[in-house]
Amino acid sequence: MTKLRFSRRNVLKASTAVAAGAVVARIGAPMRPAQAQARTVVAEPITPTLIEAAKKEGKLAFYTAMDLAFAQRLAKTFEERFSGITVRVERSGAERIFTRIGQEYGGNIHAVDVVNTADQAHCIVWKRNGWLASYLPEEVAKYFEPKYYDPDGLHVTTRILVSPLAYNTNLVKPEEAPKSFADLLDPKWAGKLVKAHPAYSGTIMNATFQIARELGWDYFEKLAKQRVLQVQSATDTPKKIALGERAVMVDGAGYLVIRYKEEGQPVEIVYPQEGTPLATGPSAVFKAAPNPNAARLFQNWMHSREAQQFLVDWARQYSPHQQTAEKAGLRKLSEIKLMREDAESVESMSEDIKTRYARIFKV
Amino acid sequence: MTIALPALGVPRKHKIDLSWPILILFAALLCVLIILPMSWLFYYSLVDRSGAFTLGNFETLVTDPVFVAPLITTLILATSSSIICCVFAAPMGWLVARTDIPLRRTVRALVTASFVTPPFLGAIAWELLAAPNSGLLNKIYRAITGAPQDEHLFNIYSLPGLIFVISCYTFPYVFVLLANALDRIPGDLEDASSILGGRTWTTARRVTIPLALPALLAGALVAFLQAMTLFGSPAILAIPAGFHTMTTKIWSLFNYPPKPELAAAASVPLLVLTVVLLRAEALILGRRGYSVVGGKQGDPRLIRLGGIKWVALAFVFVILTCPVFFPYGALLNATFSRVATSFVTFDNFTLHNIHFVFFELSATKLAVKNTFLLGVASATVGTLMALVIAYLTTRRAIRGYRALGFLATAPVAIPGIVLGVGLFLSYARPPLVLYGTLWILLLAFVTIALPAAYQQLQSAFRSVHTDLEDASRILGSTRLRTLRDITAPLLRTSVIATWCFIFVGVIRELSAAIMLFTSETKVISVLIFDLNESGDLGAISVLGLIMLAITFAVVIAVNRIPGFGAARLRNT
Repeated sequence: MTKLRFSRRNVLKASTAVAAGAVVARIGAPMRPAQAQARTVVAEPITPTLIEAAKKEGKLAFYTAMDLAFAQRLAKTFEERFSGITVRVERSGAERIFTRIGQEYGGNIHAVDVVNTADQAHCIVWKRNGWLASYLPEEVAKYFEPKYYDPDGLHVTTRILVSPLAYNTNLVKPEEAPKSFADLLDPKWAGKLVKAHPAYSGTIMNATFQIARELGWDYFEKLAKQRVLQVQSATDTPKKIALGERAVMVDGAGYLVIRYKEEGQPVEIVYPQEGTPLATGPSAVFKAAPNPNAARLFQNWMHSREAQQFLVDWARQYSPHQQTAEKAGLRKLSEIKLMREDAESVESMSEDIKTRYARIFKV
Repeated sequence: MTIALPALGVPRKHKIDLSWPILILFAALLCVLIILPMSWLFYYSLVDRSGAFTLGNFETLVTDPVFVAPLITTLILATSSSIICCVFAAPMGWLVARTDIPLRRTVRALVTASFVTPPFLGAIAWELLAAPNSGLLNKIYRAITGAPQDEHLFNIYSLPGLIFVISCYTFPYVFVLLANALDRIPGDLEDASSILGGRTWTTARRVTIPLALPALLAGALVAFLQAMTLFGSPAILAIPAGFHTMTTKIWSLFNYPPKPELAAAASVPLLVLTVVLLRAEALILGRRGYSVVGGKQGDPRLIRLGGIKWVALAFVFVILTCPVFFPYGALLNATFSRVATSFVTFDNFTLHNIHFVFFELSATKLAVKNTFLLGVASATVGTLMALVIAYLTTRRAIRGYRALGFLATAPVAIPGIVLGVGLFLSYARPPLVLYGTLWILLLAFVTIALPAAYQQLQSAFRSVHTDLEDASRILGSTRLRTLRDITAPLLRTSVIATWCFIFVGVIRELSAAIMLFTSETKVISVLIFDLNESGDLGAISVLGLIMLAITFAVVIAVNRIPGFGAARLRNT
């Protein structure tokens, strides 16, 4: 090998290359420009062979962080559409599901077929472990923006959630309602707030990370002094304010607030001025799934226009499918000031976030 | 004059005597069941991530406030619960066992009801009743007094709230111990005191109470231990209130990424404290019991209360509203109401919750099936083991029977969650990976149920005289055959009672199950806990009522169906 000459020209060339590489890598993260990452997997439609093979397997284990009522309804719709396949829904918070899958795979138990989580960071870990199967549904390739699926087909964003504020309209008048996260620190809200936990819920893990990034950890230190009711699930906080147990929810599943409001329950949503935390909910098929064909069929169907429209109409969530029709009553995603999602940082900092949170809120 | 007769017939064929191998097998099983998980627990508490020996885990335990605070909270919790239980259960026990208060059997039945109610279900029911803003009782209070929305009478999300709920479901232990003891005090002693001129209160003070004191102390210790090792109620009420207890802290250490070393280290204080208290209980009770010393003795004479018996009855029923009437009412209400914490009215009534649990919730069928399977299997295996071990120890059939007896009662010193941790650490790794199967849950449930079953069967064995067995052995049958053909039928009622006791205990078990379950081995208690984390109160109420229905069906069947010998389900 010839000795490198440390001439000024060579050093300048090298350092420019390194700097350019760093800049590209920085930008590279969550948004993948379509031309930079070519799709390496063939998009698959639902074929009669797949349906046959799935029906032969006859069952499917779906681990999900969706609200339980919605998850069961989705499963039931699938069962009605493809009779003969029973879906067993295993519902828990995304972080909890991540722990359980980790425990199961650690003990060499392969029970899960399809997973839907609310934390992109989990897919990063599973991809790294090599647990995910490459399967890209045809409708995803056609109608989803490339940023919503992995170029190797290892995971697909199924739904998009926001974690806004919300309040009970019987307990709080609209003019008194908080309009921002900063408003919640007002002493008048002491003992009236309910909040979910990032060690249980993926939505809340994302929300906690984003709020900490924008407002700093001492926002949480001050919030902890407000005697917040600490529940676990992002789907529990809307339920608690609908019951009237607390007046205001600090974080939680925005879609449930919309659904309850449309059912006639006394709740109202507020998009905070500093920005609303955002979480995308990806789904993936596992390589070692016990029912691989049923898993692929479910993954395919879950991202079809039919299922995605159901997501929009019944569950009131945001769909990445470009052909779904919006249903009035839900503010457009583009009209909300959103905080930026950052899955890589969440993945590397998740233990840190949980420890810090536990220290501040004592649980 | 005896006549020597010639030997008749064919000489007896010598069959292989299976008694010894089976007996040794049971002894070995017991060792594996208990010693293996505990050794892994101690191993993990003394190593760090890389496997090197360290005392760092214990150091963290005593210095880090994140661990010290839960330990102190747990001690306060257990002590207060124990005191409250004694204060309320003692008068109740005395009233039911020694006075002519009416409806004694109903009261005992209701105490049984609160004994079999799972504490975590009671905690959820009390959430429905006493949550500061949405609780039913607080709503009634505001409606009656016209207080503003902000005010509440009860706040269940607090340490006093948690202590209250725990006391509700541990007082049966004190009640039963005390009532049983008072039942057995011979009437002669109290009669003697009356004859010598002592009035009711003097007799009570100088004769009855000293005789019952050991039982009361034992009850207090049992209540302390139960309160200390509960997992469900603190997880449901303490975490929303912003504090941990030792059990919830241990559980939280298994969240990703798991810290088994710290969890094992945190389990050790619970274990040590339990052992110390049990030794103390044995020392206090010592030889002073109230055992009957031969001869005929009179039935205890019931004290006539006169007019105050109605006041006393009201007092007893007011106490019983807390574990039984209010919570069951709240669960029924939530089952049929569209909003769990609103009273059922005509426009609020719905069958949606029931429909959801039976037809939509996919976990229901699996959970019910697993619970039944595990209940039946654990009860059968547990009763069998307890039977053989009780036989071995009461009949002193093998050397080292004392050690066997000790091992059989040892699990009572292991809190449920600690056992869960130990079993997880033992069986989630090769060579024997039981994690993810129903077997590991079976191991846990049998281990937990063994001490009580063993003690019940041991006292049953003591009541069967050895003559019958001796006769059988003289005529040439093996020990095992004797046990099967002679002794077991005589003990039929006790065996069945023990079986039901274990079955009921398995259904309500949460602390060990929460560590060991996977999605395919979920049981009803874990399902209810999961649903509580996501706030689905309607579904919880339906499942809770199913659980209670199964439990009561079993308990009533045991007590009523002839052929089971109308065995009284004695709670130990």
